[in-house]
Amino acid sequence: MNPTPQVLPKDRRDLGGPRQPLLIVRDLKKHFPLKKTGFGLRRERLAVRAVDGVSFEILKGETLGVVGESGCGKSTTARLLMQLTAQDSGELVFDGQALGAGLSLREYRRQTQMVFQDSYSSLNPRMTIEDSIAFGPTVHGVSRREALARAHDLLARVGLEPARFAGRYPHELSGGQRQRVNIARALALEPRLIILDESVSALDKSVEAQVLNLLQDLKQDFGLTYLFISHDLGVVRYVSDRVLVMYLGEVVEVGEAEALFERPLHPYTEALLRSMPSTDPLKRTEQAPLAGDPPNPIDPPSGCRFHTRCAYAQPVCAERAPRFHEALPGHAVACLRHEPESGYDRRLIPVQEVAHV
Amino acid sequence: MSDPMIRLRELYVEFNPPGKRIQAVNGVDLTVDRGEVVALIGESGSGKSVTLRAMMRLHPEKTTRYSGALEVAGQDVLGMGGGALSQLRGKRVAMIFQEPLLALDPVYTLGEQIVEAIRRHEPLGRAEARARALQLFERVRIPSPERRLDAYPHEMSGGMRQRAMIALALACNPQVLLADEPTTALDATVQIQILLLLRDLQRELGLSIVFVTHDIGAAAEVADRMAVMYAGRIVEEGPASELLTRPRHPYTRALLGSRDEGALRKGRRLDTIGGAPPDLARLPAGCAFAARCAFADDACRAAVPERRELGARHAAACRRLDELPALLAVRADEALPS
Repeated sequence: MNPTPQVLPKDRRDLGGPRQPLLIVRDLKKHFPLKKTGFGLRRERLAVRAVDGVSFEILKGETLGVVGESGCGKSTTARLLMQLTAQDSGELVFDGQALGAGLSLREYRRQTQMVFQDSYSSLNPRMTIEDSIAFGPTVHGVSRREALARAHDLLARVGLEPARFAGRYPHELSGGQRQRVNIARALALEPRLIILDESVSALDKSVEAQVLNLLQDLKQDFGLTYLFISHDLGVVRYVSDRVLVMYLGEVVEVGEAEALFERPLHPYTEALLRSMPSTDPLKRTEQAPLAGDPPNPIDPPSGCRFHTRCAYAQPVCAERAPRFHEALPGHAVACLRHEPESGYDRRLIPVQEVAHV
Repeated sequence: MSDPMIRLRELYVEFNPPGKRIQAVNGVDLTVDRGEVVALIGESGSGKSVTLRAMMRLHPEKTTRYSGALEVAGQDVLGMGGGALSQLRGKRVAMIFQEPLLALDPVYTLGEQIVEAIRRHEPLGRAEARARALQLFERVRIPSPERRLDAYPHEMSGGMRQRAMIALALACNPQVLLADEPTTALDATVQIQILLLLRDLQRELGLSIVFVTHDIGAAAEVADRMAVMYAGRIVEEGPASELLTRPRHPYTRALLGSRDEGALRKGRRLDTIGGAPPDLARLPAGCAFAARCAFADDACRAAVPERRELGARHAAACRRLDELPALLAVRADEALPS
């Protein structure tokens, strides 16, 4: 990596200028209806509220980390962004152009690519890896010869020698090598945004570090923007410029990575950070920061969805849903504690601490 | 502390599926004392789970060859007959797995499964066994335990299932608990709950625990001692705090280096170990790590390094241990811009 940050050449595809976010996500919703249960009149229309009104922005050239427990809607959000699942409502604006209005799905998918967690199931087992990488560009009208040449370049770029690897099938590669192939395939269409959904989570630590370094290099060289989804908070902190925290289908906090990790505003973020194992046997965690599992997304709690597990919850939290707002410059949170005139009494000491005395 | 609970001497485990020979464990020496928690850490394919399963002889008998010595609670596991083995499994040694949904039987309620396990080993009536199952559920802190005993595994969340599996493992008061990546499939918030539970249970019941994981953080939360495995051998072992703060083997150094708080500083490149672990069907002649080690020389590639005691129960298997600090210093100098 260059010691001095290199100035990226101006991307000719850049329409809105550097200040226009690359992707604006507005009020995205996706509910998965359940099969009807019960009989006749007792039938209720239930749905898993996987993503429930999510709004955020991905800035040009940044890495936005997304964290949260399983079932919080991270992966559904990723699939909605990639338009692998259609949203119930909400809108995506890519570089100033609304998807569906100014921008066709085909053109959007060219500029947005995704790398999945399972490197094996995301590759076609009957295609050699050069064919897998060249497939996308040929669909978009590049000649096969040119697409293969580019595939070889990309293989070399991700650290797989084309002469040795191009003709191999996915089962002949290790997990780390396969994930490199997936990254090369994502790059084949020269995208601007890459969604990395737990892309390094299945790899061993030593291989994970190699792939993370590769991702950093590629980001510099190709001027990419990443959406980096992971449950590994250490890794998210390392790669991200900004971090977004999700809980039960909602965004609860967004902020600069360092600020968010050093001074989390939302009690959930705080608990999540304290759940990381200490790696120091002399400073072991004495008490689990959160009890129990996340509530059921079919029937989320009223008011603030976190109030059932929150150490600072007050009666008002069960009644009133917090508004997602900027509490500090560049640091937004959805919590009544940080909302002026919300009815939350900041003078009260949390109930649990009183119990200790 | 006279007899260790588990004693492995020169343990080899080899799988022989048709036409192949996979050397999964290649001479492991390990002792676990009564009431001690030992973590086996390593990457996938390092032989940590194979070693763990060998302690209950869970590998398919037909295609597995064991050699060496393996004693659990003073009994020779490798020489046991079928009856003695069933007495050992569940009664004296119990295991918990990574994925409780696969380990539990989906068509019986959790209560039925625990009652079955208890009655298999002890002459108790159904009602008595169920009362014990209820106590176990309380012990692993499952909320509303009475109701949960009648639940099927799929009706519970991942964290609750893992607690139920721990309850099942503890059903017959075993002396040894073997845990195979018990928290890997769980969220961080639930993982820490399960780790704390294991720690409490270990203290209350005086269990010996062997804990297999690739997550050094999880190991640091529970283990007294750690053993680092690579290609079927223990390359370094020692007290947890000693090993984490003063690793000696190049592999342990690299593994820990990638997790240092400083190493994850923004903008800094991660230190990586180049290459990949060796193929266990074609094990190299010398040190298995030599191909990826920055300090390996020809002698390293020629012979498997001997295990060397470094004092205070700390041991490592590397030929160049004494030269390493100097070699590392040279490398650090080279890395500095001139």
